[in-house]
Amino acid sequence: MRRLKVFKSLIIDSFDVISHGSRKYHIWMAFLTFVMLTGMYCYSIQLEEGLSVTGMSDRVSWGLYISNFTFLVGVAAAAVMLVMPTYVLKDIDFKQAVLIGEGLAVAALIMCLAFVVADMGGPSVLWHMIPGIGVFNFPNSMLTWDVLVLNGYLFLNITIPFYILFRHYQGKESKKSVYVPGAILSVFWAVGIHLVTAFLYQGLQARPFWNNALLGPRFLASAFAAGPALIILILAVIRSSTEFKVEDKTIKKIAMVVTIAAQINIIMLISELFKEFYAPTHHSESAYYLFFGLDGKTALLPWIWTAISLNVLATVILTFHKLRNNLKVLYFACAILFVAIWIEKGFGLIIPGFIPGPYGKIEEYTPSGIEIGVTLGIWALGALVFTILAKTAIGIETGKLRYKG
Amino acid sequence: MSDNNKKWYSLNLNSRQKQPKTSSSCGCGKTEGGCNSSQPVEELSAEDFLEAAVNASIGEEVKKDGFDQVFDVKMSRRNAFKQLTASLLIGAGAVSSCTSVISSDESKEKSQIDWEEQFKGNYKLMEDDEKKGTVERLVRSYQLRTGKTISLSSKNAEKDVLFGYAFNISKCQGYMDCVSACVEENNQDRDSQMQYIRIHEMKDGKGFNFNEADDNYYHEVPAEGHFYMGTQCFHCDNPPCVEVCPVQATWREEDGLVVVDYDWCVGCRYCMAACPYDGRRFNWSKPEVPEEEVNKDQHYLGNRMRKKGVVEKCTFCVQRSRSGKDPACVEACPTGARVFGNLLDPDSTIRWVLENKKVFRLKEDLGTEPKFWYYMD
Repeated sequence: MRRLKVFKSLIIDSFDVISHGSRKYHIWMAFLTFVMLTGMYCYSIQLEEGLSVTGMSDRVSWGLYISNFTFLVGVAAAAVMLVMPTYVLKDIDFKQAVLIGEGLAVAALIMCLAFVVADMGGPSVLWHMIPGIGVFNFPNSMLTWDVLVLNGYLFLNITIPFYILFRHYQGKESKKSVYVPGAILSVFWAVGIHLVTAFLYQGLQARPFWNNALLGPRFLASAFAAGPALIILILAVIRSSTEFKVEDKTIKKIAMVVTIAAQINIIMLISELFKEFYAPTHHSESAYYLFFGLDGKTALLPWIWTAISLNVLATVILTFHKLRNNLKVLYFACAILFVAIWIEKGFGLIIPGFIPGPYGKIEEYTPSGIEIGVTLGIWALGALVFTILAKTAIGIETGKLRYKG
Repeated sequence: MSDNNKKWYSLNLNSRQKQPKTSSSCGCGKTEGGCNSSQPVEELSAEDFLEAAVNASIGEEVKKDGFDQVFDVKMSRRNAFKQLTASLLIGAGAVSSCTSVISSDESKEKSQIDWEEQFKGNYKLMEDDEKKGTVERLVRSYQLRTGKTISLSSKNAEKDVLFGYAFNISKCQGYMDCVSACVEENNQDRDSQMQYIRIHEMKDGKGFNFNEADDNYYHEVPAEGHFYMGTQCFHCDNPPCVEVCPVQATWREEDGLVVVDYDWCVGCRYCMAACPYDGRRFNWSKPEVPEEEVNKDQHYLGNRMRKKGVVEKCTFCVQRSRSGKDPACVEACPTGARVFGNLLDPDSTIRWVLENKKVFRLKEDLGTEPKFWYYMD
């Protein structure tokens, strides 16, 4: 009973915290709400008219939604790179960042699920996928695996920080015996969600561009680069706009993680490019389309070359200690790395899988305005969720938010 | 529906299975004819009937408010239950077309059907009587909407039948009669010009070079120096599309047909990504077929009307093949390039082709085991 009372008070207090803030904060939230509403309006058009309002077709049947989904699974998985050092290796320098990382994972997972739902042709019959009520094609379909691991990971990333914050809210220390098993589980689970998402594509013999043993490991490497890079940027914002203290040391340690992951990612990229272009086969056509264009169809060229250049530039910057340890340069490198991997693991991965088609047909894909609107709306939703979570967590961690019962 | 081994969830609201033996107390599960209209005298007293009729005719103009309309009417228990169900429907927002709880028997029946259809199970796992139930509902629903009657079959696969298909590359001249026959037979969306069959026009001397082939030509055929090759769903014996479906909305039937339950499909399009043969199509918008062009001879797994946001595909015209006919494409082909039949029947033409011609299949290295062979004279 007491716990319920505390919980109720926490809800009320956190509502108070998230509804008050500086002018900048209010403008930020109003902006996100506006973008979300626009996205919802676009989605309502899509619901009414069908997916024909998107740029997708029978030839390129997945587009911007699934691209963003794939990328965001990686962002969610990246929280593990902060969870493991903090809870398992007991590295105190990560402690400030870990709650932020977990909050980011929750926001990213909510975005993932929203993107999947937005991509569905029949959202009203999604209950067909709920185990027990519908028919769950487990273990044959990798998509059912993905549903399980994503929701499980969401559960873990909600409960662990919630437990810790709930204790801190009451002015108590959290018990290690309670949350450490969950944290260890979440480390494996994080690798699981991204590997399973890679298997979703990797297991399709119909699409040689995806049917590639390196896809899973490369997903992990790019995720562990892009996710922590985003966390560094968020920590930079939090540091400058709240009282929450994040030490330089913490940021530099995360930067180390980003660097190593980015380097591994580049090595794998080179390996992939070598395989596709040294002795090109029929199966290299998608890669040709992506990097050089096929039959004069070159829609992805500017994107992928931007991504590759940014990726290489960021990795070079990060590799030099002097550059990496300069925070301003680090933030720049993280920003361009994030954009580069968003392109590469987003539509740089999904679209070429469909081009050329099974019989060599090259039909290009351009997202429609409505598709972009829905996508921006979902990103705004994620940012809103994260802002709310982070503001509450920071309130508790800085001691402003305390149970007064 | 009453067995406990059900693998899906159904509300079973007022369905016929609840009172299977009392046929007179239709309980609204009966889809042919409204319960009231069939036997009004038995169901309602004269006064009630008059009231219901008044309500039905003037609808919202009735003086009572919505609550009174539902609850302040003398009615039999059965009628009360029915109306409560209908009001529950309104509450759930499941019925957009039905504006008044007691507007008319027809709209009530329509919403009842919509409700039951929304929450029915996966066709693959249905017993025969459940299959019949949903088929009856769909026929009745079509009748209510358009006033026309369709024949909708739920015929299962027959024993000792395995369908196979062969395509004679030497004979095909690219007339595309198969394509238009297929579209007409299978009620495909006319707006997006959805076609299951693609005819690839290839250059002589280049071999089977799909990359340089044209599958969207608009000129006189046969074009000089070209040959033609048709593709469609190959009904693989080891279909990758079936494996990946998260809800088992697509499966391989006993007679080898790979089919889709359009009402169970959630529209994730994973199967389209998994198919190496470009065999699947998606309804990006609501499919439109002019009423007079609708083929009314339908099968649940075949050419019945689809909705937007679901995947569909060639079924070897299940509505025809299971009643002993050739698929529409085979029948329409003017050159005799298409051969269809039962692979388990040693006297069938398809078996003769497989035994006497040099046949091959596309992308055999993928291990999909298509049941669609190509051969030349």
